[in-house]
Amino acid sequence: MLRDITIGQYFPGKSVIHRLDSRVKILLVMAYIIMLFLADNPLGLLLGILFLILGYGISRISYKLILRSLKPVVPIILFTAVLNMLFMDGRPVLRVWIITVTYEGIRMAVFMAVRIICLIAGTSLLTYTTSPIALTDAIERLLSPLKTLHVPVHELAMMMTIALRFIPTLIEETDKIMAAQKARGADFETGRLMQRAKALVPILIPLFVSAFRRADELALAMECRCYHGGEGRTRMKQLHLRYYDFVACGFMLCCIAGTILINYCAPVVF
Amino acid sequence: MAAIQTEHLSYVYSPGTPFEKTAVDDVNVEIEEGAFVGVIGHTGSGKSTLIQHFNGLLAPTKGRVLIGGEDLWADKSKLRQFRFQVGLVFQYPEYQLFEETVYKDIAFGPTNMGLSADEVNRRVLEAAAAVGLREKHMEKSPFELSGGQKRRVAIAGVLAMRPKVLILDEPTAGLDPRGRDRILGQLREYHEQMHNTVLLVSHSMEDVARYCGRVLVMNRSRLFLYGDTREVFERADEISGMGLSVPQVTRIFLGLKEKGYDVRTSIYTMDEAKAELLSLLAKEGK
Repeated sequence: MLRDITIGQYFPGKSVIHRLDSRVKILLVMAYIIMLFLADNPLGLLLGILFLILGYGISRISYKLILRSLKPVVPIILFTAVLNMLFMDGRPVLRVWIITVTYEGIRMAVFMAVRIICLIAGTSLLTYTTSPIALTDAIERLLSPLKTLHVPVHELAMMMTIALRFIPTLIEETDKIMAAQKARGADFETGRLMQRAKALVPILIPLFVSAFRRADELALAMECRCYHGGEGRTRMKQLHLRYYDFVACGFMLCCIAGTILINYCAPVVF
Repeated sequence: MAAIQTEHLSYVYSPGTPFEKTAVDDVNVEIEEGAFVGVIGHTGSGKSTLIQHFNGLLAPTKGRVLIGGEDLWADKSKLRQFRFQVGLVFQYPEYQLFEETVYKDIAFGPTNMGLSADEVNRRVLEAAAAVGLREKHMEKSPFELSGGQKRRVAIAGVLAMRPKVLILDEPTAGLDPRGRDRILGQLREYHEQMHNTVLLVSHSMEDVARYCGRVLVMNRSRLFLYGDTREVFERADEISGMGLSVPQVTRIFLGLKEKGYDVRTSIYTMDEAKAELLSLLAKEGK
């Protein structure tokens, strides 16, 4: 059951998108988000959607996965849509009691919903096609200018790597402990809220104990291999920019330029 | 009646994703009541998946599991009752301990069964005695004990439910030889007293040869063989061909056979080995 979690799940592949430099990919995703919020015209948003379809197509990641990553944010999307619909001033379309729905409100709600969906799908594409290690590596490199301000960039990146590395391990461990307690007749599925909360104790305590044990062992293992922070550390996998990285950046710039152009030139259809 | 019976049991992990994997493939087996069964197989052969079906932790993708003739999944509300009948001790069970005291931890199972305080008390003490835990341990925190003691507390936690079928997944992994012999000896003693059915998953052929009357061999998700220990070791060459180690004694006789000596290879105890060697020497002496 816990296996179904997809946060940060990586699907190995060989497409161009998989091979893009992870730094470039992070920057592209940021640019993509900017592009989404720049778009002021449905055609601009359409461009964003097309971009997404193209990205998923090239990477051969199943479109079904978009739905899976969207599932947890559906309430947020609905919530913002409703808020936008109810609290925007403008031309009223519908009036029930003290609630007024305006034309601008509906427009804003649709825009926001599409933007959030694209945003989630776009960032998911990043995590689907980039291994967690490559991601944290890229974050470290991108943030490295902050080192001059004494921000512990390497330590932060290392912590993120370790945290990501241990997510599947801890999920597996939780599964195992749950199975073991179920075998002793523990019941997680029925009962009132308090009873259910109490039923978690037999899972949480062993889980914490083992997490601490693992942390201890890991620290020891790292020290045994003379780990002493980022100073003077080299990498096994060097990041190199290749021609397709530049192509991708160029393409992204074109898309952003297109969006701005559409904002100014295209007729307002909606 | 069979204690556990499976009919065309298959299980597939993560169906419909790139990670799909058939872990158990069309297994039909009938495990007799009161048997002491060794379950052997390579890492990844499907042993652990198979045994998790026996108390309903995993639901079969295809096929049925019958416990005492009743379908495990016929009525989901009864599932918990079956879990009390079929006790499962996982690998490294000491990592599931959580209570403040050893006593409370062992009592977790029987308390979940809804037994009276008296009955729980009786069962806890009985289970603790069965694994050789003494009075002075009972009020300690399970986290203060040594590795072997923790393991025995965890096993006692399952024994305290008095399951008709007891399944242990490598109960001796990571223990020293003395701890291993102690736990297996206690399990056999308990089995002889209670006449329960025991399934012992093990990598050690020596242990299986010493303690088990029946052996179930899994190979590549399929049931390779289920039979008396002797029958299984008669096919020692096939088993070692699967990459499983046969007991050292058996290996000696396999080697002798290869060298051209006329010996049986289904030998897995010291006494048999002695008799066989003596008769060989007598023949050679002629």
